[in-house]
Amino acid sequence: MAERFTKSMARNIYLGGSTFFILLFLVLTFDTQSRAMPERDNRDQLTEEVVRGKHVWENNNCVGCHSLMGEGAYFAPELANVFDRRGGGDSEVFKMYMNAWMNAMPTNMPGRRQMPQFNLTDQEIDDLSSFLEWTSKIDDNGWPPNIEG
Amino acid sequence: MKYESQRVAMPYFIFALVLFAGQIVFGLVLGMQYVVGDFLFPEIPFNVARMVHTNLLIVWLLFGFMGATYYLVPEEAQTELYSPLLAWILFWVFAVAGTLTILGYLFVDYATLADVTMNKLLPTMGREFLEQPTITKIGIALVVVGFLFNIMMTALKGRKTVVNIVLITGLIGLAVLWLFSFYNPSNLTTDKYFWWFVVHLWVEGVWELIMAAILAYVLIKLTGVDREVIEKWLYVIIAMALITGIIGTGHHFFWIGPPEYWLWLGSVFSALEPLPFFMMVLFAFTMINRRKRNHPNKAAILWAMGTAVMAFLGAGVWGFLHTLAPINYYTHGTQLTAAHGHMAFYGAYVMIVLTIISYAVPIMRGRPYGNSNTAQVVEMWGFWLMTISMVFITLFLTGAGILQIWLQRIPDSGEALSFMATQDNIALFYWARMIAGCFFMAGLVVYFGSFFIKGQASFDEEVRGAAIQDA
Repeated sequence: MAERFTKSMARNIYLGGSTFFILLFLVLTFDTQSRAMPERDNRDQLTEEVVRGKHVWENNNCVGCHSLMGEGAYFAPELANVFDRRGGGDSEVFKMYMNAWMNAMPTNMPGRRQMPQFNLTDQEIDDLSSFLEWTSKIDDNGWPPNIEG
Repeated sequence: MKYESQRVAMPYFIFALVLFAGQIVFGLVLGMQYVVGDFLFPEIPFNVARMVHTNLLIVWLLFGFMGATYYLVPEEAQTELYSPLLAWILFWVFAVAGTLTILGYLFVDYATLADVTMNKLLPTMGREFLEQPTITKIGIALVVVGFLFNIMMTALKGRKTVVNIVLITGLIGLAVLWLFSFYNPSNLTTDKYFWWFVVHLWVEGVWELIMAAILAYVLIKLTGVDREVIEKWLYVIIAMALITGIIGTGHHFFWIGPPEYWLWLGSVFSALEPLPFFMMVLFAFTMINRRKRNHPNKAAILWAMGTAVMAFLGAGVWGFLHTLAPINYYTHGTQLTAAHGHMAFYGAYVMIVLTIISYAVPIMRGRPYGNSNTAQVVEMWGFWLMTISMVFITLFLTGAGILQIWLQRIPDSGEALSFMATQDNIALFYWARMIAGCFFMAGLVVYFGSFFIKGQASFDEEVRGAAIQDA
């Protein structure tokens, strides 16, 4: 057995197998990105405000504490569904909530986890809210299981 | 050490270990913040400490991989390194750039850092693990290109061994996939999809090639088993790694937008991802059982066995625990993910770097048969303290994760506990994890201490014991 299975056979499995699966991965990526995603991510609603909001999200390293669609840090609540959880699915309510929340930070309650004050402008808070609202509407196979994220 | 230029690995290893210590210090800060929420606030908010913790890990592992490569490629190729000077220049460039970036995280507000590094021109910041300013990302790309040039010029002029070919293939993959870190589309789902091309295809793809190649090299050296046998194993292991791991990327696509067929593809292929790690365990133990010599550097043998076992447990078993879509639906983004991340990174990548350090550093210090017995015993104490601590960190985070899932994820809306209320309920596990973290730190101190013990093993120890019977 050991003699029959030679090094060159092992090498061919490696080369053939990895080439095949790289190509398959590229085909699947093409299908996912070009056919499937446009229907699932509502890219027609990807407004300038949403795009600016993504930059606010990134420039303040929000993912360093929060998760977004389950990815990021696990120190603070999931935010992909915060639009539904805190805004009840209403854009205006959510923007008001976000404005009050962001300006109230940090709470300075002793011993509690603290969210920094990021000194965002009203415009930036609105942009961030729009980004989170858009994110909440992505078809993500029904995740998370409940409203708590 | 057969070639003088292999010595350039030394500064890479030393700097890697210094950054390792920094990583653990910030790990303790984070662990503390999990239980005392306002610890060091507002001086070091959680997100800053986490960024330092994870980025230090990535950078020190890269230093470790580079050191390993500079050490083993010339010896495998049987030639001097193409340019030791270039290796030294790149060392300083990388060390200075890395240090400045970490200092930037600590002393400059992140939004300001994005501003002064002109993130606007090519926005790449603010994504998990890819928080580095764009200029740093470009720097990493340039350092890696220079490094690859140096290594390939060396490998091409000498003997072409399978270890070298696999290692360099892995490193080229690392460099190419890094380019996706510059792609940050404004559509979050596209951003996330290609973000995994760096993160998953590194740690569950090309890094496994690097790990397996380093392990194969160390096993050749320590066991004296025929190269043909080891190379065959190496090919089978990396074949399994890529055959399962590439489509296995799909286990990250379950809940971030991509279509439902990924639920099947990701589940099936990633469920097979433990295979290459299991084979690495068989590989290490079989080679050591069939050893043709008893190498006196027993600490290095312990690390080689340890990395295989812990990588299998951390990456393989703990990855499998939550990789099937119906389970991952509840576990995604909980402390269970953190548990898996900790043991997988420690077992696979931290320990493989410590394995090559354990083997190569004594040789570079003029101790060809390894450190003195006392130094090895202390090093092994460091091994056990760190490894057992990491097992407990993983177990406590797993406990925290299971409880979190039970309280926060499984009940219906309205009955489920909120995120913060859940965190309060699982604080006991975080305290236990914190204690295990302190033991890890103690293990690291013991490990560092072993480097300061004088003396070396002698050839006499080599010929004692089983080696005679085997021969």
